[in-house]
Amino acid sequence: MVGRINSALDFQQAALGLRAQRQQILAGNIANADTPNYKARDFDFSSALKDAVAGRTGGALGMDKTAPGHLAGTLAASQAGLMYRTSAQASADGNTVDMDVERAQFSENAIQYEAGLTFITGKFKTLLSAIQG
Amino acid sequence: MSIFNVFHVAGSALTAQAMRLNAVASNLANADSIAGPDGQPYRAKQVVFEAIPMNGQAGQGVRVKQVVEDASPGRMVYDPRNPAADEKGYVMMPNVSVVDEMVNMISASRSYQTNAEVMNTAKQLLLKTLTLGQ
Repeated sequence: MVGRINSALDFQQAALGLRAQRQQILAGNIANADTPNYKARDFDFSSALKDAVAGRTGGALGMDKTAPGHLAGTLAASQAGLMYRTSAQASADGNTVDMDVERAQFSENAIQYEAGLTFITGKFKTLLSAIQG
Repeated sequence: MSIFNVFHVAGSALTAQAMRLNAVASNLANADSIAGPDGQPYRAKQVVFEAIPMNGQAGQGVRVKQVVEDASPGRMVYDPRNPAADEKGYVMMPNVSVVDEMVNMISASRSYQTNAEVMNTAKQLLLKTLTLGQ
């Protein structure tokens, strides 16, 4: 039963973890809006989530575990899947942070994170009502 | 917990922008200082930002790599009655461009505000996470 509760929450947990990681990357972009030669970065959320659900870490560079003795490797989940954003307007100092894009993505990601929390709370409520009858 | 790292990233940006604002304040305050401790006119100071990885996590913070002195020549102002004037009557003023510094100040304060907002959002998310399942 506990295993089933776990698997009911697995997907949401993976999604929430990736949202938190993306929030951090976007915060890094905003923090470096005035740093010369800084390139804005982000990752593709849906493919990262697919990888996380399938148990692969490290995105495209992640290692597959085909035997129980294999080590997972030390690559963080989103670190290998990080890509550079193409900027709409180039700036003279080589910085590719577009503050409008970053702020929009940051707010969107925050709302998606809250949505994830709401979904988990809903799952808890469902399980609770199933237990209590 | 990677949301906590948002605080480190945004906090490093607040520190860096505050240092930039500090340099702007120094430049504006000394826009007319024709002699510093070494007897030379004040030279404008500019900060150089650099991205730094935050303890192995994906988000990158920012820090002030160095403070450089503006190498451009000072303004020459004709003022023969000034004791610091040369034999032709010109006084070398600091190379501070007040317009540039004002632009710098606005940019720094906007960046500071944005990063403070980022921190606020991260705080809200964490507080919401704490009430998870209630």
